[in-house]
Amino acid sequence: MSTAWLAIDGLGLTEGATRIVDDVSLTLAAQRTVVLGPNGAGKSTLLRLIHGLLHPSEGALRWSQPLSQAMVFQRPIMLRTTALANVVYGLKLKGHAMDVCQRRALDSLAHVGLEHLAQRPARLLSGGEQQRVALARVWALEPELLILDEPTASLDPASSREVERIINEIAASGTRILMTTHNLGQARRIAEEIVFIDRGRIAEQTPVAEFFKLPRTPAAQDFLQEEMP
Amino acid sequence: MHKLHHTMIEFSDSFHTAWQLLAASDSRLFAIVLLSLRVSFAATLIACVVGMPVGALLAVGRFPGRRVLIVLFNGLMGLPPVVVGLLVYLLLSRAGPLGSFGLLFSPTAMVIAQAVLVTPIVAALTRQVIADEWSEYREQLRSLGASRARAAATLLWDGRFSLSTAALAGFGRAIAEVGAVMIVGGNIDGVTRVMTTTIALETSKGDLPLALALGFILIAVVLIINAVAYAVRGWAERRWG
Repeated sequence: MSTAWLAIDGLGLTEGATRIVDDVSLTLAAQRTVVLGPNGAGKSTLLRLIHGLLHPSEGALRWSQPLSQAMVFQRPIMLRTTALANVVYGLKLKGHAMDVCQRRALDSLAHVGLEHLAQRPARLLSGGEQQRVALARVWALEPELLILDEPTASLDPASSREVERIINEIAASGTRILMTTHNLGQARRIAEEIVFIDRGRIAEQTPVAEFFKLPRTPAAQDFLQEEMP
Repeated sequence: MHKLHHTMIEFSDSFHTAWQLLAASDSRLFAIVLLSLRVSFAATLIACVVGMPVGALLAVGRFPGRRVLIVLFNGLMGLPPVVVGLLVYLLLSRAGPLGSFGLLFSPTAMVIAQAVLVTPIVAALTRQVIADEWSEYREQLRSLGASRARAAATLLWDGRFSLSTAALAGFGRAIAEVGAVMIVGGNIDGVTRVMTTTIALETSKGDLPLALALGFILIAVVLIINAVAYAVRGWAERRWG
């Protein structure tokens, strides 16, 4: 899958006097892209612009074809109902019949290893389990593009590994992955390509092996040095 | 000193009277308490059915005049009951636009008046609860493709435990008010006489023990309903997180 699926053209977002995303032009062709950058660089904002949660002040997104999308957030949002009903909810919004929703939701919970907790109140699950329910909720939708905003940032190492395993499995089913993370090991394991963003601007876009061996820009070199002394 | 002593006797007297009336399950008293509960429950129910969706749409909706409506509903929370009573009276009176239904001085008229009084309270409190939820859920619900109307419905169900407080506030206001039911109900013995109007009447007649007895019952009813709701809400929150 090396043909470009999204061309971003001069994308910008200004809030007050701050340029959060500044003239970003980028062609995404890799199946698994990880966006890296320091805190406040505009990573989350860029993902939200691509997902359509935010509207750009200027520039445009040019999709090579319309892609069904889903997004997983840093903090999983669970409705006050069972884990299963949370997964069903996403399917119901897509207009599936109730029996289809139930079946696919159960399958999806099984994929993330939580079928035994299907009937438990979702909000009383651990943070890691809730994030897996959130992953089951988007997996059931079988999106062509899955966007994840630091999905393991507030999880312990064991939960992080489990979430990473699930992301890899979703990717293996052909879904395009676009995510941010603070975990460089995770970025290395998941990404084909790294997009490095610094102060709202794209600093570089580099294949993963090359990026971690020797990034092209000083900003990325500094970043790697600080994160991996 | 003498006056204080006098007051103390009245208090203990009325406790005694209240207890006697209850123990004897005085049928007139029972009818008054029951009518109060029925009218205010019905009014609160209508206020919830109307006010909660309105409040949720004010929280998540985007339409012209939304801010004006929010200020309006917040302001109407402090609507004087006598004014509501007067307006409903004008609507329902013989010459009024709804006069042909002959509802004036009936329990139905009292339900209408209290519903009008309480709906803004329920709507304004619901808007606050749902607005808080919306700020937390917004991105997730929009990401899943929920329309704003759908999001409002989802948040109403999700916030059901917090919203019980809005319903209770409405009920508390309804059962405690006297001005509106007095005007549209007329305080007719055996027909439209409720706890608050009876208290007002008995006080003006000088029958303080009976008035105070009813006052204690009114407070007890409100406390019991709040205690039960508090317990149910606590249980539900532990159950669902």
